[in-house]
Amino acid sequence: MLISLFGAFESGVIYAIMALGVYLSFRVLDFPDLTVDGSFVTGAGITGMLIVNGMSPIMATLIGAFAGFIAGCITGILHTKGRINALLSGILMMIALYSINIRFMGQPTVSMLNETTLFSQIESFWSSGIDSVLNSMFIGAERVPTTWAIFIIMGIVTIAIKFLLDFFLKTEIGLAIRATGDNQKMIRSLSANTNFLIIIGIGLSNGLVALSGALVAQHGGFANLNMGIGMIVIGLASVIIGEALFGKKTIARVTLAVIGGAIIYRVVITLALRVDFLEPSDLKLITAVLVIAALVTPKALQARREKKRRLAKRAALMNQRGSEASA
Amino acid sequence: MLKIHDVSLTFNEDTPDEKKALQGINLELKKGEFVTVIGSNGAGKSTLMNVISGSLIPDVGDVLIDDKNVVHLPEYKRSKMIGRVFQDPMAGTAPSMTIEENLAMAYARDKKRRLVPGVNKKRKDYFREYLETLNLGLEDRLNAKVGLLSGGERQALSLLMATFTEPNILLLDEHTAALDPSRAELITKITADVVSKFDLTTLMVTHNMQQALDLGNRLFMMDKGQIIFDIKGEEKQNLTIKDLLDEFQRIRGKQIESDKAVLG
Repeated sequence: MLISLFGAFESGVIYAIMALGVYLSFRVLDFPDLTVDGSFVTGAGITGMLIVNGMSPIMATLIGAFAGFIAGCITGILHTKGRINALLSGILMMIALYSINIRFMGQPTVSMLNETTLFSQIESFWSSGIDSVLNSMFIGAERVPTTWAIFIIMGIVTIAIKFLLDFFLKTEIGLAIRATGDNQKMIRSLSANTNFLIIIGIGLSNGLVALSGALVAQHGGFANLNMGIGMIVIGLASVIIGEALFGKKTIARVTLAVIGGAIIYRVVITLALRVDFLEPSDLKLITAVLVIAALVTPKALQARREKKRRLAKRAALMNQRGSEASA
Repeated sequence: MLKIHDVSLTFNEDTPDEKKALQGINLELKKGEFVTVIGSNGAGKSTLMNVISGSLIPDVGDVLIDDKNVVHLPEYKRSKMIGRVFQDPMAGTAPSMTIEENLAMAYARDKKRRLVPGVNKKRKDYFREYLETLNLGLEDRLNAKVGLLSGGERQALSLLMATFTEPNILLLDEHTAALDPSRAELITKITADVVSKFDLTTLMVTHNMQQALDLGNRLFMMDKGQIIFDIKGEEKQNLTIKDLLDEFQRIRGKQIESDKAVLG
């Protein structure tokens, strides 16, 4: 139980990078971008191939992320220059990437089990002394995590990306990107090239997604052609769950919430799969139900609070009138 | 400052819905001229604004700002030189962003946008100073989301955002029409103040004839895609609503007469 929860946190912080990318397109630019399902695999596949062919893992990861950035830019170009509906341009790019990814990978699955990956490098740097200190906190646990290296290093990387994103969204260009998602007419009248901003924004979003894909592949030891299916929904789930649980008052708050949402999503999935009658193939259904719950519950709660407040006010008024009448 | 040569624009040409929105418009505004534009619905006032701002490209004709032909410049490039306030108070601001962020975006209008923070201490002071001139207390709410402001407050903010980089041209498209009378009056007053403060070359569309007479130093009357009446200076100061209506009758009436003659 402890081990599998630890695993959920570990992959949660890696998937959080993907969720931050989805936040950038879906929330900031208000652009429901389905490229994600393809660009996640692009990042994973290209990085996998490059590692298998002997490139240094860090270079391979960066190139994989860059490939995702290019894919996102193309989606942006389809939408802005080609004037194709946002949803459709993402779907078109997703389906095109499926073939492109096979071309890059050469086969449906690229295995990196015996290769040096970013994570095997991290682990070899890591001093096991830190692990034993951290593991000693879990007194009485039967089994303890073998290494904290990945969780801690990836946590730092993800938080760093969060801070970079926070900073970026407050720069002059970042403000213009946010306004593009909020009121395009207005920001165009303030001399911003909205087409360019959408292309860059969707590019960055898919760059983050591909980076996450590259890391997930190295973490799991393989890249698979189908590992991106439903990725957009997982990203949305993280964003929506995060916002519902941790609030969305400021940019810094939302990006933190998205990371939290990504981890909680992994935890919920892990717990759900321990239930006897649920099969691994039920995963997508669970995800869908989770997203629906996260979307509906806050509104339902809000409506109930409002109703309660109105009833209380009405009751107070009636009481007042009653006492006036008897006086 | 602003010159328009022979600009014509027809919508849905060669169909039953054909509409000649602008027919051979010529005009020239000097620096600091403040023109109010009146005319019935469909007269071409908004189309004229959109042709100047670049949201619409005319079929023929040129638009020159500071003697530079901008007719083929896309809207976002032209808007470095043009400040705009729309009729809809929701249109001129980004609702989910804060007051200071909205101002920061307007501040970057005539500069190249860079990867530096849009809001900093110095700019905050600058924004606060400008907001104080509105007397709406917005200077104390720099971090409030603009979506929380009332229509009048948002319009006042839009006006400030459109003007404080001192654009070459200011376009106001019925910017007080959606407000209640007292708010409209406030915005009208702020408009007069900022235009004279920065000596802005301004075109203001309005349906309120009194407003058209009170504000500005020149007046256009438009009808059927043409400027049919252009008056400025002292003559404009002495104009009354009745004069305007008579003038419209006189010009258009004559034309109706001549149309009758042709048809007869």
